[in-house]
Amino acid sequence: MSQPTSRRGGGGETRDTDWDGVRLHVVSGKGGTGKTTVAAALALALAAGGRKVLLVEVEGRQGIAQAFDLPPLPYEERKIAVAPGGGDVYALAIDPEEAMLEYLEMFYGIRRVGKALTRIGVVDFATTIAPGLRDVLVTGKTSEAVRRRDKLGRRVYDAVVMDAPPTGRISRFLNVTQEVAGLARVGPIKNHADLVRGVLASPETAVHFVTLLEEMPVQETLDGVAELRETGLPVGGVFVNMVRPALLPARALKAAAEGRFDAAEIALGLKAAGLADASAGASAIAEALAEEVAEHALRAELEKRERAELEEAGTPRYDLPLLPDGADLAGLYELADALRAQGAV
Amino acid sequence: MTRTAPALDIDAILDDPDTRIIVCCGSGGVGKTTTAAALGLRAAERGRSVVVLTVDPARRLAQAMGLTELDNTPRRVDGADGGGEAGGELHAMMLDMKRTFDEIIEAHADPERAEQILTNPFYQSLSSSFSGTQEYMAMEKLGQLRRSNEWDLIVVDTPPSRSALDFLDAPERLGRFLDGRLIRILTAPAKAGGRSAFKLLNAGFGVVAGILTKVIGAQVLRDIQLFVTALDAVFGGFRQRAEQTYRLLQAPGTAFLVVAAPERDAMREASYFVERLAEERMPLAGLVVNRVHRSPAPSLSAARSSAAAEDLEARGEHELTAAVLRLHAGRMQLAAREQRQREHFTSAHPTVPIAQVPAMPEDVHDLAGLRQIGQLLAS
Repeated sequence: MSQPTSRRGGGGETRDTDWDGVRLHVVSGKGGTGKTTVAAALALALAAGGRKVLLVEVEGRQGIAQAFDLPPLPYEERKIAVAPGGGDVYALAIDPEEAMLEYLEMFYGIRRVGKALTRIGVVDFATTIAPGLRDVLVTGKTSEAVRRRDKLGRRVYDAVVMDAPPTGRISRFLNVTQEVAGLARVGPIKNHADLVRGVLASPETAVHFVTLLEEMPVQETLDGVAELRETGLPVGGVFVNMVRPALLPARALKAAAEGRFDAAEIALGLKAAGLADASAGASAIAEALAEEVAEHALRAELEKRERAELEEAGTPRYDLPLLPDGADLAGLYELADALRAQGAV
Repeated sequence: MTRTAPALDIDAILDDPDTRIIVCCGSGGVGKTTTAAALGLRAAERGRSVVVLTVDPARRLAQAMGLTELDNTPRRVDGADGGGEAGGELHAMMLDMKRTFDEIIEAHADPERAEQILTNPFYQSLSSSFSGTQEYMAMEKLGQLRRSNEWDLIVVDTPPSRSALDFLDAPERLGRFLDGRLIRILTAPAKAGGRSAFKLLNAGFGVVAGILTKVIGAQVLRDIQLFVTALDAVFGGFRQRAEQTYRLLQAPGTAFLVVAAPERDAMREASYFVERLAEERMPLAGLVVNRVHRSPAPSLSAARSSAAAEDLEARGEHELTAAVLRLHAGRMQLAAREQRQREHFTSAHPTVPIAQVPAMPEDVHDLAGLRQIGQLLAS
């Protein structure tokens, strides 16, 4: 059921994965869907087998530090995890102010003056008056990491994963040229935005969506995919998070959803398992369990409908299991395995 | 030792005529908007005249409240008066951020200046972008609704911010922005009668101006200057109102409800928010925990349930019962994990009352669903 609906890429490498050739993975999702967790797991999965991956966050929430159980990350690329089979995950919390200073230094060699600009509130000003400028700074820093090469001309990072803003804001956030077009028709800001747009709109980028099998996140995912396509940005996969294992046979679920679930059979089972000795006790528990099954069946029906809705997006889809102990560090590795097993990376 | 949080008495808050504003805040995806709508409906059915201000409702929730268009005006919700006996009524509106902003400009500037501002590219970017502006405008709209005195209760759903704290930061950020030295530099030409600002300032600022021109371009700098100059006259009133609204939030007639789901990140965000409200001396009424999982068979523990399932599976008997027991064990584990999250919260904030709403198998899309949530909130 979780088989991707389409596959692409796959030149020459030993593993044929869906996103071969993609070097920037942008991960978006509605609040509460586990976007940061999935971005972290994706970074681990991409690094597996000796690759070097940078995981960036752009909203100052320190979500990566929390996911990996680390103290807050500075504006500095540092190694935070080792992937299965010996790859490295680096992390960077992008701060727009620092990104601006770096930008001034890199392009104009004027870091000191940049500091003066910061002191008089240029960044505050930029983020307040034109939030688009902030977005250009953080997407700019990210695409710089994607393009960066070492002295020998090799790519510094095999891939970059961005824990991006939520689905409701993602198109605007990534559509940097549009965002600054009204503000700067010519000049350095426009040139920089065009450069960033070149990276974001290239086949080397994929924008993924994290969702749950619930109505609102699914609707937002479909809206987000449509919006992204409209703006000409590359849509990646849909990651269905917190998927519960199907414990009950379809027949039992159907009966439960229609209120025909047989509690008497459960009562017999409970007695056989030694959970209730008296018949009255067994049937009381069986009734309560039947109620639980009925709720579960309704939920399962809804999930099935939502899954069918997601088909409309026409993108590869991956299932990530619900982690019984929550998304702790061990859980991230488990999710990374699930991504690799499904051929996402 | 397990601490038990005091129960949050929702009806006492809704029924108190002194409660004039309820603010629902919390991180994204925890059901804030649904909570706000359910509270509004319950208050109306208990006799109050209520307006619910939502920022970005899900389509079906909006439909449930009869909101078919984003028109920035409160619309009456039919069938929400409790059968007319209690005499309450419910209105709902969706915030149109750009229109709210335009209206402020039109109200505070003369027509010529308003035109200058409304057509400036920086204004258009600022007024239609999501980050920041939505918070200012939600605050502004709240202030307007309160000043109109047409409703005796306003329920606000805060914007789906990057951080739940942005809502509180809005007035201060605006103030910092307006007091910024950069603004003073940029507005200087107008104040100096049209001569270049930069000549009046010391050499350091001259360098800054040169850099600004180099980095952002002369045209952009000119647009920014025109925009800031035009806005300057409007800002005073704007800021004063933001401060008024901020004080309104601190007043005793306001009740903040922090909304969360029983998961680590959402509860952590709720904790931050509770601490922040205390710092800002904002009146916190309590915590609403949505989507709580319970079991109708709580006496059968996860451990016993799993062991029995294993036993049946090993014997190859009662397959269905074994599956049901596995399902139950999972549910009990989830419930236990959620309870630990709540206990963490209560250890840190022992006096904060809590209301819990069980997880629903399906999303809410009509008034009956909202009514049910309201009942669960109050029980």
